[in-house]
Amino acid sequence: MLSQILYALPFLAEGFAVTLWVSLLVVVLSLVAGVLLGVGLVYGPAPLRWVVRIFSDTIRGIPILVLMFFVYYGLPAVGVHLQSFWAAVLALTLFKTAQVVEYVRGAVASIPKGQSEAAMAIGLTFRQRLTSVIFPQAFRRFLPPWINGVTDAVKGSALVSLLGITDLMQAINQVIGRTYEAMPLYILGALIYFAVNYALSYASRRLEQRFAFIRD
Amino acid sequence: MGYTLNFNLIWRHFDKLWGGLLLSLELAVISIAIGIVIGLVLAVWYVSAGRVVRAIIAAYVEFIRNVPLILLVYLVFYGVPTVIDLAYSAPTSFVLTLSVYSGAYLVEVFRSGLEAVPRGQLDAGKAIGLTPWQRLIHVRLPTMLRITLPALSNTFISLFKDTSIASVISVPELTYGAQWINFNTFRIVEVYLVTTAMYLVTGYTLLFALRLVERRFRTAR
Repeated sequence: MLSQILYALPFLAEGFAVTLWVSLLVVVLSLVAGVLLGVGLVYGPAPLRWVVRIFSDTIRGIPILVLMFFVYYGLPAVGVHLQSFWAAVLALTLFKTAQVVEYVRGAVASIPKGQSEAAMAIGLTFRQRLTSVIFPQAFRRFLPPWINGVTDAVKGSALVSLLGITDLMQAINQVIGRTYEAMPLYILGALIYFAVNYALSYASRRLEQRFAFIRD
Repeated sequence: MGYTLNFNLIWRHFDKLWGGLLLSLELAVISIAIGIVIGLVLAVWYVSAGRVVRAIIAAYVEFIRNVPLILLVYLVFYGVPTVIDLAYSAPTSFVLTLSVYSGAYLVEVFRSGLEAVPRGQLDAGKAIGLTPWQRLIHVRLPTMLRITLPALSNTFISLFKDTSIASVISVPELTYGAQWINFNTFRIVEVYLVTTAMYLVTGYTLLFALRLVERRFRTAR
């Protein structure tokens, strides 16, 4: 049993690399898109706010799996052909973006109104108020939940195994298909996911403590 | 583009989606009910227990919360029967998994709720001569439930959406029904549009109902 698992380790490591790569892409892409849309949701004109609100509420209202199948099978049907890897990344990014939008909205909303009024009173322009007053403070409220949410991206990435992408989850299933050692391999896989995510949520808790001083 | 929407085949096989939705709800309700029992018992135990018990409960919570649900579903359905001489159907296996999974999330919700119950209420209970058991049933738990209702609603909705993972072990719930229609009729865009609408309507109806319950019980704070 042990020798079979040791034999499979390099293969599992490759799968793990795919898991990390998918997670990293999703986290970075959704951060950019989510911050842009989130700022649009708070400060944008009414039509933009409605579009972002509907986007976010719809995406967060359905299971990731449904969104993933919709993107993966739906795009080719309407003539858009993406590699399955990128279709999976796109679907997970859409889902994560909706979450980031809400973190941004919550962080900006948590800054007391007096802050932007004071900034207005000393004659800062709208742009200056955002970059010098609101964003630096909102950033500290945004960071802990966002890092904690990165664990969702890592866990969500396991769903790409259903689209035939050999991530850690799929690698484990394939090794089990050859060796029939289901239990030890699933436990090994669980421990790997656990190690990554526990480190992330630990970092999130530490940051939250560090930034606790701005709690009002 | 050139894709023409045609919902006829979806309506012809609509029973797959409708029956699927009912099964999704059933899976969610049973799992959440068991999860609530696990969550309540462990949370009450946690706040009054010594170090060792606390560490064990915390390990359960942290382990479940940091592992993908799909892996847990595989582990229970394909893994556990290889080491224990047990046979169970896919739906039972999924309910088992989602119960243990929801229990871990609910322990956290209930635990933070219990710790938020004002100290004065417990002292008041003691002052009027309630036994520890009476204080738990009549003072701590009701107050805790009020405090945790908003967090509970979000957890319930999230668990309802998680039932879609049951499709990976061929439990014929809503997502499985959608896939079946996808592969058998190729009306791909239509079937996922209808499925999305069904999840949204069900999810937001649940949320709305739970918000009403929250408002009803908001008084004491």
